[in-house]
Amino acid sequence: MTAFNPQDLIVAMPETRLAVLSLLLLLMAVSAKKENYRLVSRLAVAILAFVGVLVALSHSGSAFGGMFISDKFSIYMKLVAVTGSAVSLVMATKYLERENAARIEYPVLILFATLGMMLMISADSLITLYMGLELQSLPLYVLAAIRRDSVRSTEAGLKYFVLGALSSGLFLYGASLLYGYTGSVDFPQIAALLQGHAASMPGMVTGMVLVLAALAFKISAVPFHMWAPDVYEGAPTPVTAFFAIAPKVAAIALLTRLLEGPFWDMTQQWQQVIVVISIASMLLGGVAAVAQKNIKRLLAYSSIGHMGYALVGLAAASVAGVQAVIIYMTIYAVMSAGTFCVVLMMKKDGKMVEEIADLSGLGKSQPPLAFCMAVLMFSMAGIPPMAGFFGKLFVFQAAVAAGLYTLAVIGVLTSVVAAYYYIRIIKVMYFEEPKAAGIDAAQDNGLNFVLAAATVAVMLFIVVPAPVLESAHAAAQSLLQ
Amino acid sequence: MITFPILSLMTFLPLLGALLIFCLRGDEKSVAGNARIIALLTSLVTFGVSIFMYAGFDPHAAGFQFVEKYRWLTGFDIHYKMGVDGISVFFILLSTLLTPICVLASWKSIQSRVREYMMAFMLLETTMLGMFAALDLVLFYVFFEAVLIPMYCIIGVWGGKNRVYAAFKFFLYTLLGSVLLLIAILAIYHQTGTTDIPTLMASSIPSGMQKWLFLAFLASFAVKVPMWPVHTWLPDAHVEAPTAGSVILAGVLLKMGGYGFLRLSLPILPEASHYFMPLIFGLSVIAVIYTSLVALVQEDMKKLIAYSSIAHMGFVTIGIFAMTTQAVQGAMFVMLSHGIVSAALFLCVGVVYDRLHTREIARYGGLVNNMPVYAAIFMIFMLASVGLPATSGFVGEFLVLVGTFKVSTLTTFLAATGVVLGAAYMLYLYKRVVFGEIVHDDVRKMTDVSAREIAVFAPLVVLVFWMGIYPSSFTAPMAPAIEKVITRYDSANHIVPHAPKGVAAPEVH
Repeated sequence: MTAFNPQDLIVAMPETRLAVLSLLLLLMAVSAKKENYRLVSRLAVAILAFVGVLVALSHSGSAFGGMFISDKFSIYMKLVAVTGSAVSLVMATKYLERENAARIEYPVLILFATLGMMLMISADSLITLYMGLELQSLPLYVLAAIRRDSVRSTEAGLKYFVLGALSSGLFLYGASLLYGYTGSVDFPQIAALLQGHAASMPGMVTGMVLVLAALAFKISAVPFHMWAPDVYEGAPTPVTAFFAIAPKVAAIALLTRLLEGPFWDMTQQWQQVIVVISIASMLLGGVAAVAQKNIKRLLAYSSIGHMGYALVGLAAASVAGVQAVIIYMTIYAVMSAGTFCVVLMMKKDGKMVEEIADLSGLGKSQPPLAFCMAVLMFSMAGIPPMAGFFGKLFVFQAAVAAGLYTLAVIGVLTSVVAAYYYIRIIKVMYFEEPKAAGIDAAQDNGLNFVLAAATVAVMLFIVVPAPVLESAHAAAQSLLQ
Repeated sequence: MITFPILSLMTFLPLLGALLIFCLRGDEKSVAGNARIIALLTSLVTFGVSIFMYAGFDPHAAGFQFVEKYRWLTGFDIHYKMGVDGISVFFILLSTLLTPICVLASWKSIQSRVREYMMAFMLLETTMLGMFAALDLVLFYVFFEAVLIPMYCIIGVWGGKNRVYAAFKFFLYTLLGSVLLLIAILAIYHQTGTTDIPTLMASSIPSGMQKWLFLAFLASFAVKVPMWPVHTWLPDAHVEAPTAGSVILAGVLLKMGGYGFLRLSLPILPEASHYFMPLIFGLSVIAVIYTSLVALVQEDMKKLIAYSSIAHMGFVTIGIFAMTTQAVQGAMFVMLSHGIVSAALFLCVGVVYDRLHTREIARYGGLVNNMPVYAAIFMIFMLASVGLPATSGFVGEFLVLVGTFKVSTLTTFLAATGVVLGAAYMLYLYKRVVFGEIVHDDVRKMTDVSAREIAVFAPLVVLVFWMGIYPSSFTAPMAPAIEKVITRYDSANHIVPHAPKGVAAPEVH
């Protein structure tokens, strides 16, 4: 380990600032009254916005003796994750107040989780990685159970915690094997040591598979997805929205960095694993969601499926593949944010509802809301001209270029199955007559704004794809030099 | 290449109309009225632009005209590229012609959610025009699949009793075919490094790969055409769709399959197209005979016409894959003629449906007594569908049969039986609906066609005779583009073109 270098703090400026500001906010929140919830929440959004700007302005470089890296890839992914966190906080603020679930810890926990994500994305050693992973996960466990008086919420929190702890255990065991065989925890050194020797070390492969399993848990890919439907359903909806966006982006980023970095020489080995996980996720995400009646459970399966598609790009093991993953996750984050806005608006007679059937006749009772939802559903189904199509286009393009035809064909076929349940929601909204009690009109500017922005973004991606494509390409290239 | 982007203007004019309709405010009645007017004006202006475009179209050139190219998906060699040739220009005219007719036909029959309905039709027109004008595979695919969105809504929201089932079947069936096309497009991109259609029309792909790609293309286009045995979505969709929905479905959407074969399969994959020719012939012949027989026993007017569409499309696929000048021109002609005739037939059904709200053939009878003008109009289109000389239907079918005879006598023989069967089911339909005594009292009360309805039919009647009496004004401009496709096909498959006595030379390997 090298001595402390003040330069390190500049490279890691967004993280250090976020850590300090989060702690300050925590101090303030501890002494604040419950009425100040909204202020704390707004401050948290402001902090995230500030950190987002810092991330956008930050430079590439390595810090803390090579344990932390900042490159175009990390900058891009951090921007998506931080924006996702900020947006989900905006979506949550008024909702939690309305539902009497406003707790002053909520925004603070989101900040700490975001800090964890940023560390995950920038991790260049197993130690940083684990620290980031846990810093992100612990607030998530608490968030899932934030409604202490609700059985479902606490159950979700407990389930998530137990399974999450298990996955952390898997990760630690895998990491210890990696360290044992290579003698290093730094990614570049592991990569260098593995060059040419990867296949000859079964212990290495075991370690890698264990690490992959742990990360598959974090992105809820099959067969480590079991927690997702229950946690999605049980957790308060804003928390679910948060789970669906930022942590997934961070975990996929981490997975990408691991596979394209230290495990690069084991591509042969991990490619099979990723292909299997990807196919299983796409299949399960497509088939299991068909029978769901609860929209949150449906979105849980939908996100499992989406992770499968993102992994298709990862399986390609190429610049185009990484670029596709980045684009896919960006579009996925936008679509999810928009969709969860609609879920957060589903209120009938003053009570929140979660059944898909409750949306019936929305096309007549609330045309703008139904229109946004329809656009988002077509996008999720991957129907052009919506953005979701382009996400799929690029991952499949990468897969075809890598010769993974079977994966691509299975992928598109499952997307047809998945299209069924997305267009079923449109059917419920437009083809059915409104029931006696329709969904109430939402009185939440934050939600309305996020929903409108997400819908417009999804529709206009086709017109101006260049900014996303170019920055994703630059990010992918910085990872695979 | 700085020319006026007339194709983009034409394509996105309807989208602009849709946006205008979207912005309408006021009570429901005024919104509905304004939506109708805006939709009609927009579609008429679009039609005007397309006529203007056709006026500037050079009928002697084989290449693409009015080409536009812009940066689109940066970093990939995928561009926004539009252009038309003699093949696509007619489909564009067909689409721009049928859309205002659809708007007019829905003037009275659609009373709920008029704003959304008109928006859906405007979006549909944009996607159709974009698809026919696209010169980039990915752009083509985007429009090709985007068609599903408005059509799904049109069937599902304004359809009949069983509309949800029909809408889902339509959507998922066509999507399943399309996604394989997407993989094929990506494979072509990976193989050749481009998705530019004119470039691909001149580049060669290994013949082993061509076969796989062809099957993927086939999966997509066969569903659209539709070919037997993947036609089952069509009768459901037609029966449940509102009249205008059926018109556009039969008139334009079915042509997307044939157009796809002619624009993509044959020029890009000529060897595989030759290899799979017997398969296409077999499926098409089954389609012609089987669906004609099925049409004979239908009790529902729309279902009968739907099955007749499948039979006509059988002629189209035979003609396209025969790849002789006459056959391909004939296939194009059948598509255009069918686009007008079947659209008109669905409008004919719509006229009586608006009055009696049933499509059951047995509920009618004797219409000639109280609706003579209607009976005459219906007769013209019925005979055109049968293929009576001097109507558009005759020219196309005749050319297909003549052109295919050189390639496969057996196919021609079997397909020709379809002409006879076609006469049988159409005449039988006409007899049951129009002739005879009036037995139902409510039929007696039905009034003859109104001025608006005549305005809807008039251009179609003119076209049916124009195409039937002077087909050259349609075949001549498409000839160079078709010749280009055939030349490429022949050279890729080592076929000596224009062998003496009209007999195709044996293959040289």
